[in-house]
Amino acid sequence: MIVVLVETTPTGEAVEVSQEAITFARSLAAEGGGVPVDAVVVGEPSPDLAATLAAYGVRTVHALSGDAYASYAGAAWAAGLKGVRGSSVVVMAAGTPRGNEVMAHVAAREGVAMAANVLSFSGLSPFVVTRQVVGGGALEEMRLGDRPAVFTVAGHAVEAAPADAPGAAEVVVHTPEIAAADLVARVVSSEEPEPDLSGTLKSARVVVGAGRGAGSSEGFADLLELTELVGGSLGVSRVVTSLGWRPHHEQVGQTGSRISPDLYIPCGISGAIQHWAGCSSAKAILAINTDPDAPMVTKATYAVIGDLHEVVPAINAEIRRRRTA
Amino acid sequence: MVSVLVCIKRVVDSSSEVVLTEDGQGVDGRYAGFTMSAHEECAVELAVQIAAATGGTATVLTLGDADAVEQLRAALAVGCTAAVHVVADAQTFGPSDVAREIAAVAGDHDLVLLGNDAADSGDFQVGIRLAYELGRPVVNGVSSVSVADGVVTAEGAGPDGHETYRVPLPAVVTVLEGGVEPRYPTVPGRMKAKKVPIDERRPTAEPVGPSRVRLLLPPPTASDVQILGKGADAAPAVVDLLEQLGVLAR
Repeated sequence: MIVVLVETTPTGEAVEVSQEAITFARSLAAEGGGVPVDAVVVGEPSPDLAATLAAYGVRTVHALSGDAYASYAGAAWAAGLKGVRGSSVVVMAAGTPRGNEVMAHVAAREGVAMAANVLSFSGLSPFVVTRQVVGGGALEEMRLGDRPAVFTVAGHAVEAAPADAPGAAEVVVHTPEIAAADLVARVVSSEEPEPDLSGTLKSARVVVGAGRGAGSSEGFADLLELTELVGGSLGVSRVVTSLGWRPHHEQVGQTGSRISPDLYIPCGISGAIQHWAGCSSAKAILAINTDPDAPMVTKATYAVIGDLHEVVPAINAEIRRRRTA
Repeated sequence: MVSVLVCIKRVVDSSSEVVLTEDGQGVDGRYAGFTMSAHEECAVELAVQIAAATGGTATVLTLGDADAVEQLRAALAVGCTAAVHVVADAQTFGPSDVAREIAAVAGDHDLVLLGNDAADSGDFQVGIRLAYELGRPVVNGVSSVSVADGVVTAEGAGPDGHETYRVPLPAVVTVLEGGVEPRYPTVPGRMKAKKVPIDERRPTAEPVGPSRVRLLLPPPTASDVQILGKGADAAPAVVDLLEQLGVLAR
């Protein structure tokens, strides 16, 4: 059996990267002769969530319930997983902050290795995975010979796809006894993020990016207007936050947010490896840059060669013109 | 008086191109230079702040070869008061090995701070493994940490908003960049750092290793970028594209 930790949104839907992780699990299961794929969720799943997971080929949805799961505690999530995983050969999750954290707890408790941000696997004997290292600037082939094999799947390593012949997933609710020690480090308060243009950075369909080319903290007016016109979020490179032009929570990159929008519009961003690590999962990239040889331009889907301070106001004006036409 | 241990790793500064060693087992830093990760810079800053606020100490630790002293001195220059160097080839140590070696030093300290993940290996697990080695609670991936009355308050961004943890000492916390601004070393700070004796230690056991088969570079992808135009004249083509992609409400 393969067990996948599935993360959910505040409204109880499976996050897309968890759907990708299940898709990855199915390909692994097929390679292993059709072993079943089970999902573990925290909190009782809605019928819609159970139906979605069934559509993705999940055999059983294990729901962790009870007071221990009222707020997040990585050790408690791992303890619950331990209780339901039985003799599974693989325990995995999406490579989100939560996913990496819980899988690290699982691996530490089981005394096995863990691979973070896996992109693919090559064969089962030995089980070798390829994962991102150095912020995506290099790849590592790593042996995962332990049972269970514990790993997380990098965002967009595979495209989420429902199963060809899904069944009906059984829902089993578990209320495990969680040791007090596993509840010491738990979230004691959680506040909604302040509503601003970066609040939905990780889930935005469109992200407008800004780098050193913005020039100053005052140089963001046109970029913010474009962000608003496309109904997106603003993301920035590390240099922008280091210079204090914009807050850190808007940072995209290896040490900031990893985004996966339908369209990323980096303006005046050269595309250093660390930034690329945060935006390479975008489905399409429209780069605006004065340097046609900048890595961000050569790796982009589309590009405009020019100064963002000329190009962005012109785009804004064109959008406004068409809206009033 | 909180005794803080902050753990750092000497990593290749890979802001440009990644070059691999000939044996494919590591990243070649001869030309790029070395640094510590951004997360660890913030962990060092937090360690210094907590030590100052509580009248305690901030000890910096690294596991690495002789050259890793450079990163220890950098941490001493910004306010760490002592340094421990576990002399070893970090490339041959896996996350469990590193956690075990930190645990051998951490017993004397109330709070252990680490970066959320190493900038090179990106394992996301040393801090958590360390917590299990020590039998202590661990808070992961937070950007601000403070200590008062024996309780650590740690805060950071969670998937649904700003999250707060409160855990009693002793504890382990892994730090993400962004909550504090690492300070620059002063000239007196650098001079003082040169004189601090480094506590050199040997690993307590043979490493199991990182399970690495080899490193490789991502396959180069030929650029197939579609240039929409130059300067402001490209605006109509851009807006056509935005409409075509369905990201612009008409």
